[in-house]
Amino acid sequence: MDYISTTKKQRKEMLQSIGVNSVEDLFKDIPEKLKIKKLNLNNPLSEAELKKTVSDLSKKNANALEYSYFLGAGIYNHFLPSVVPHLALRSEFYTAYTPYQPEVSQGNLQVIYEWQTFISELTGQDLANASVYDGATATADAMIMTKIITKRNKVLVAKSLNPEYKKVLKNYAQANEIEIKEIEYKNGLLSLDELKKELDEKTASVILQNPNFFGCIESLEEIINLIHEKGTLSIVAVSEPVSLGLLKPAGEFDADFVTGEGQSFGIPMSFGGPGVGFYATKQKHVRFVPGRLSGKTTDSDGKEGFILTLQAREQHIRREKAISNICTNQGLMAVIATIHLSLLGKNGLKEMAELNLQKAHYAAEKIKELDGFEIFFGALFFNEFVIKTPGAEKVKEKLLEKKIISGFSLEKEFPELKDCILFCVTEMNSKESIDTLVEVLKEVK
Amino acid sequence: MDNPKELHYTKEHEWVKIENGIGTVGITDFAQHSLTDIVFVELPEKGKQVEQFKQLTVLESVKSVSDIYSPISGEVTEVNESLSDSPEQVNKSPFENGWIAKIKLKDEKELENLMTAEQYNEYLKTKEH
Amino acid sequence: MKLIFEKGAEGRKGVSLPELDVEKKENLIPKALLRKELNLPEVSELDVVRHYTKLSTLNFGVDSGFYPLGSCTMKYNPKINEDMSFLQGFALTHPLQGEELSQGVLELMFELEKALCELSGFERFSLQPAAGAHGELTGVMITKAFFKKKEENRTKLLIADSSHGTNPASCVLCGFETIEVKSDKEGNLDLEDLKEKMQQDVAGLMLTSPNTLGLFDKNTEEICKIVHEKNGLVYCDGANMNAIVGISKPAEQGFDIMHINLHKTFSTPHGGGGPGSGPVGVTKELVEFLPAPLIDKNRKGFYLNYDLENSIGKMRSFFGNFGILVRAFTYIKGLGTSLKEVGENSVLNANYLAVNLKKDFDLPYNRICMHEFVLSDKNFPNQVTTMDLAKRLLDYGFHAPTIYFPLIVHGAIMIEPTETESKETLDEFIEIMKKILKEAEKEPEKLKNAPQNTPVKRLDAVKAARQPDLRWKKQ
Repeated sequence: MDYISTTKKQRKEMLQSIGVNSVEDLFKDIPEKLKIKKLNLNNPLSEAELKKTVSDLSKKNANALEYSYFLGAGIYNHFLPSVVPHLALRSEFYTAYTPYQPEVSQGNLQVIYEWQTFISELTGQDLANASVYDGATATADAMIMTKIITKRNKVLVAKSLNPEYKKVLKNYAQANEIEIKEIEYKNGLLSLDELKKELDEKTASVILQNPNFFGCIESLEEIINLIHEKGTLSIVAVSEPVSLGLLKPAGEFDADFVTGEGQSFGIPMSFGGPGVGFYATKQKHVRFVPGRLSGKTTDSDGKEGFILTLQAREQHIRREKAISNICTNQGLMAVIATIHLSLLGKNGLKEMAELNLQKAHYAAEKIKELDGFEIFFGALFFNEFVIKTPGAEKVKEKLLEKKIISGFSLEKEFPELKDCILFCVTEMNSKESIDTLVEVLKEVK
Repeated sequence: MDNPKELHYTKEHEWVKIENGIGTVGITDFAQHSLTDIVFVELPEKGKQVEQFKQLTVLESVKSVSDIYSPISGEVTEVNESLSDSPEQVNKSPFENGWIAKIKLKDEKELENLMTAEQYNEYLKTKEH
Repeated sequence: MKLIFEKGAEGRKGVSLPELDVEKKENLIPKALLRKELNLPEVSELDVVRHYTKLSTLNFGVDSGFYPLGSCTMKYNPKINEDMSFLQGFALTHPLQGEELSQGVLELMFELEKALCELSGFERFSLQPAAGAHGELTGVMITKAFFKKKEENRTKLLIADSSHGTNPASCVLCGFETIEVKSDKEGNLDLEDLKEKMQQDVAGLMLTSPNTLGLFDKNTEEICKIVHEKNGLVYCDGANMNAIVGISKPAEQGFDIMHINLHKTFSTPHGGGGPGSGPVGVTKELVEFLPAPLIDKNRKGFYLNYDLENSIGKMRSFFGNFGILVRAFTYIKGLGTSLKEVGENSVLNANYLAVNLKKDFDLPYNRICMHEFVLSDKNFPNQVTTMDLAKRLLDYGFHAPTIYFPLIVHGAIMIEPTETESKETLDEFIEIMKKILKEAEKEPEKLKNAPQNTPVKRLDAVKAARQPDLRWKKQ
């Protein structure tokens, strides 16, 4: 299938109308020697053949319908209500372009406005943008903004930040001539002593995660107050936003930027993408927001409507003076998350967060009782926790025999955490599946 | 709107009014008109050193961004904070309430590089077609 | 229309979650850390379904009608691609579940990369970048790393005056200063200007090919040669690849780095602004700088290869917008060698429109075009503007073309029909464009007051920018 509707007869008519003899004549600007003689690809497939070919590949992967996942570390296995894809796959949403013609894009623009509201409410911030690529790039964007705002170029990053985020920060920092320094953790939490030591008048911002990569809940109030003492800005990343159904958000502790990943809200794990990055901040930093913003206004009849606004910040107008280069964002993923958050609402999100919290603690308590297993950090946690095991590889293999996907082995990213595993428990893990996990772990010696 | 006699003008359509060694800077009525509705004025920082005809700041309309150049060299001593909340003053009152910054005049001789109101009016005539 | 926050009733919920099946423990989190307020909607599943169904109908998509938005390649998005991306074996996979449990995922990425290499001529691709601009940023970072390794301090990059805004923005984000190179009267890059500006402190040139006027620069090879003579790199912004897919390979034309927008050329949907995917391809000498990991194959199977000596690092978390890669792979696999038809028909459609519109509209670069062309607002009567024309098109059930871009054409109207549109649709569009031009002469108020048949009329952008209202707040 090539989805082309021009017939041979029509093609001839069109060529005549253009005044050329053949299609080749349309490509005269390309020198002959640069033209492809033979394309080394497969022959076209019928839809049935294609479906089989692609489906066969999909069958070679473990997936959450066939396996039981206790793995998170930035991407989470949460419940996906049927409603969400049904609505998000209305083609008026997914086959539209960026809403540059607001008169025929009110659906999209209103959803973005609602998304901005959801994120602002959840993070306790004044405003949020229309989305960026993912939690990692959202955090990197905020880092760059703090350099511009403070005119300082040193950034402190908590070691307990998701390693994927750290790698992206490192890369963006290099390109922007920002100097990054890591702050150690102590008992799973950001070390205040280390922070005090490194924080100075040259520090643009401090970046930390909450709950942090180890699942532990940070004392944001103390940390952020400390950061602000030096005129430094704070960036709090949230990779598991379901936690915000229960936890007081960073915005209420006066965090300057709250960034993160919204995949938990109705978006399939999809091997890590596409998810949706969110970016929220205070009113006073509204000029330091990358990408699109939907704003409310009125039309020529005085009727309320929405439009992309403050566009002169963006690359298509400001060009080399722009503070971000983002154009395409994760629009449809923001639509999905917005629909999902509407379904959950005030009561559902709290209930979902409570389920995650309770089940994770049930699992941690049970595992703790096993010989050779211990909860490694004493800090408060949400739905992820670190367990020291008799052997991370052994655990992984043993669990796999029972079609259970183990948590994230920490040693590779944190050599000091040998045989430690970051387990994740969500509302998708029933008591029965947790009990099975514990039964299997019991056999690992 | 007439271009006030006591001001000095640039080819980029900025004006400066000198009082006691301090130059108040803004954009002309012609400039505000061609920029259309100003929605944001990026205020320069107090204490910033600027050079004559080099970028002072940036103005935004809905769909464009324009550089504003400084008519004189010197230090920015004051900025018009009220433009943060009501940038439309640049459109409504370009020569009065819509002023952008005050700059401490470094070199009086620089004024010779600027146009008088009369010269600026002539200059505009060359632009109007 | 009311916001979802303004609907519903207290106590209502739209989702059924499992019962708590473990013993509930109190005070797991101290009160001081618990939130007090959560102002989210309280709505039922049906409330949500009605609300977002209604909102969707206020939108216009490719499925709604002709969408000739230049430089955006709004082609038909095949439905099978969507279905494939939602297969459980793709959608419900975790990026850290391990290579041995993800062989199908990795094979798909491996095969997609191979196809992109075949179509572009580059040695390897990174599938990480999440969008075109993200690909550009990757390319500029690679350029920076390349010269850093050579210990050469090059601080500038050249861009064309017809370039997308993302080009200069991407350069500046990596600390490069940008210098604009002019286009000549025919719409090609001005070679003399290029020669003059391509100095020793210039790292290279970013060029959209075919360019944003919809033209294949006749001097592409020569341009690359000029930059290479000064040991610079040439980056190809592949936003317009649709015209040459299956026809010519950018690497053979002389480009060193390129991004491809899978959401343009390879039919993945634009999603109302994203997600996209912007894989970056490079020549052999630049492979070592690509973001790690690449997908490789050994005797055990497919694996994530982190062994890249001078990799710039990661561009984003995990491995890219995988769900989008599935859609693009499905498209490429389905079309196979017939991808050539895509390039051919996109160019045929564009030229057919151009020839039939230039009788009445000004076509400043009047020559055979590629997949798109740009009209100007010259000769519009009664102070009618490009904006007015665009809004009037909405009244007739078409999406507007890209307007006021590229900046080098006055009142630019950039039209890209894509290959999937039929001759009947193109004929209808030509007819309506002509009709609107007549209206502009005789009843200009019809254009100035347009659109009239849309859910809202022209919106007050000044008000929106002067008093930004970016969110709902509980009263």
